[in-house]
Amino acid sequence: MSKKYHVTTTVNGDGYEYLCEAQQTLLDVLRDELQLAGTKEGCATGDCGACTVMVDGTMVCACLVLAVETDGAKVDTIEGMAQGDKLHPLQQKFLELNGSQCGICTPGILIAARALLARNPDPTETEIRYWLAGNLCRCTGYDKIIRSVQAAAKEMRGA
Amino acid sequence: MKLPPLEYACPTSLSEAVALLAAGGGEARALAGGQSLMPMLAFRVVAPALLVDLRKLPELREIEISADGVRLGAMVRWRDIEDDERLTAAHPLLKAAVAHVAHYQIRNRGTVGGSIAHADPAAEMPGIAVTCDAEIAATGAAGQRTIRAADFFLSALTTALKHDEIITEIRLPAWPAKRRWGFREFARRRGDFAMAAAALFYDQDAAGKAINAHVGMIGVGDRPCRLPEVEALLNGRTIDEATIERAAEITSATVDAQEDIHASAAYRRSLAGTMVERALRSAAA
Ligand SMILES: Cc1cc2nc3c(=O)[nH]c(=O)nc-3n(C[C@H](O)[C@H](O)[C@H](O)COP(=O)(O)OP(=O)(O)OC[C@H]3O[C@@H](n4cnc5c(N)ncnc54)[C@H](O)[C@@H]3O)c2cc1C
Ligand code: FES
Ligand code: FES
Repeated sequence: MSKKYHVTTTVNGDGYEYLCEAQQTLLDVLRDELQLAGTKEGCATGDCGACTVMVDGTMVCACLVLAVETDGAKVDTIEGMAQGDKLHPLQQKFLELNGSQCGICTPGILIAARALLARNPDPTETEIRYWLAGNLCRCTGYDKIIRSVQAAAKEMRGA
Repeated sequence: MKLPPLEYACPTSLSEAVALLAAGGGEARALAGGQSLMPMLAFRVVAPALLVDLRKLPELREIEISADGVRLGAMVRWRDIEDDERLTAAHPLLKAAVAHVAHYQIRNRGTVGGSIAHADPAAEMPGIAVTCDAEIAATGAAGQRTIRAADFFLSALTTALKHDEIITEIRLPAWPAKRRWGFREFARRRGDFAMAAAALFYDQDAAGKAINAHVGMIGVGDRPCRLPEVEALLNGRTIDEATIERAAEITSATVDAQEDIHASAAYRRSLAGTMVERALRSAAA
C-alpha cells in the first residue's frame, strides 16, 4: 500500500477533499478520480497543452502538476466554462466557426483563450498565436481557432 | 502516461528541506516548477523515492535589485521575470533571453533554480548565468556555499551541485546603464529549446571601443560556454561591420558543437556564427 495524501481544493467553485498518491498528477485525479474527463491527455510531457487548466488563476499543464501540489489551491477546468446550457462566447464561436474538429485539443485551447482574453481583451492575431503556442491542434490548421478567438473577443468587448 | 510510485514532502523551512534531501541519500529530489522533472519522471529518466516540494519557502521567491546587481530567488518563475518592469533596465539581457523560454503554460510554473539545476545545454537561463559571470548560492547539509556559473555546469544535465544541496538564489552582477548587448536565438518554433543562441554584451571606453566583452553560446555544445577568442577580437575594437563578420567566422571556427536529432554539428557551428553576427549587430545598432 503506498502512502496517501490528503488534498483539499476547489474545482470550478465546488469544494473537494480527496486522498491521492503522490505520483498522481492533477490530470490523473481530475479524469480518473473526480470524473472530470473534459480535460484531455495528449502527451503527458507538457508539449501539447490538451490538459490546460487554471490553478489559482494561472494556466498550467495539469499533466505537469502533482495533485498534492494543489492542496489549498483553486482549480478551474473546462467543465466550469458554460453556465448551465448557456455556452461561453468562446465555446459558441468555436462551434459556429469550426474552431473544433476532433475536439481533443479544444478544452485546453478554450481555457487558454479565456485566460488570454481576461488579460488582453483585444489581442492581435500574433498575440493570439503566441499565447496559444503551447496548444497543439492536429485538425484545424489553427486558422479557424484564431478566427474563433477573434470573433469571441469582439463579442465579449461588446463591439 | 503514469508516473512511477514516489513519496512527497512539502517542508516549510529550508533547513527541513535540506534535511529531507540529505536523509534521502540521492533517492530524494527537490521539486520546483516540475516542468522538467515531471516529464523526466513520465519517461522514467529518473525515479526518485521522494520529492521535496520547495513551494512553501517564500524566501526563495524574491527578485531583489540593488547596486550590486540582480538576485533571483531560486523559485522565481519565468512569468515573474516577464512581469517585473524593473528588470527592463536592471537586466535587459536576462529579460530578453527569458522571453524565449517555453510557452505560457510552462512559463507560469518553471523556475530559474530548476532550470539551473536541470542544466539543459539548450536552456536560456544557464547560458545567461555563464555569460554574465553569475554566482549560484546553494545550501546543503554542510552549510552554504557560492559556486561560480563557470564552475557549475559540468556537462548536459550534470552540475557541481551535491544531492543534498538546494539552490537558493542566482546573483547577476550589476548592469551598467550604457552597456551594449544582444540576444539572438534560433528555434523552429518560438518557445522551443534553442538550436543555437548567442547572448553577449560589452562596455565602451571613452573612444567608443569595446571593453569587457562577454560572448556566450547556448544550445551548441554540451553546456553553455563563453567564446574567449571572439571576446579577444572584440575587446579594443569598434564594433563595425568588418569586426562583426570576423566575429561570426571565429565563432563558427572555434565553437564546440554537438550533433543530435535536431541538427548536425556542422549546421550548429554555422548557425552559431549567424547568431553571434545578428546579436552583435543589434548590440552595435
Ligand atoms: C514543453 C516544454 C518546453 C520547454 N521549453 C524550454 C525552453 O525553451 N527553454 C528552457 O530553458 N526551458 C524550457 N523548458 C523547461 C522549463 O523551463 C523548466 O521549467 C525548467 O528547466 C526547470 O525548472 P522547474 O522549476 O520546472 O524545475 P523542476 O522540473 O521542478 O526540477 C528540475 C530539476 O532541478 C532540480 N531542482 C529544482 N529546483 C532546485 C533547487 N532550487 N535546488 C536544487 N535542485 C533543484 C530538481 O530536483 C530536478 O532535478 C520547457 C519545458 C517544457 C515542458
Ligand atoms: S497532456 Fe499535458 S501538455 Fe500534453
Ligand atoms: S480539433 Fe482535433 S486536435 Fe484540434
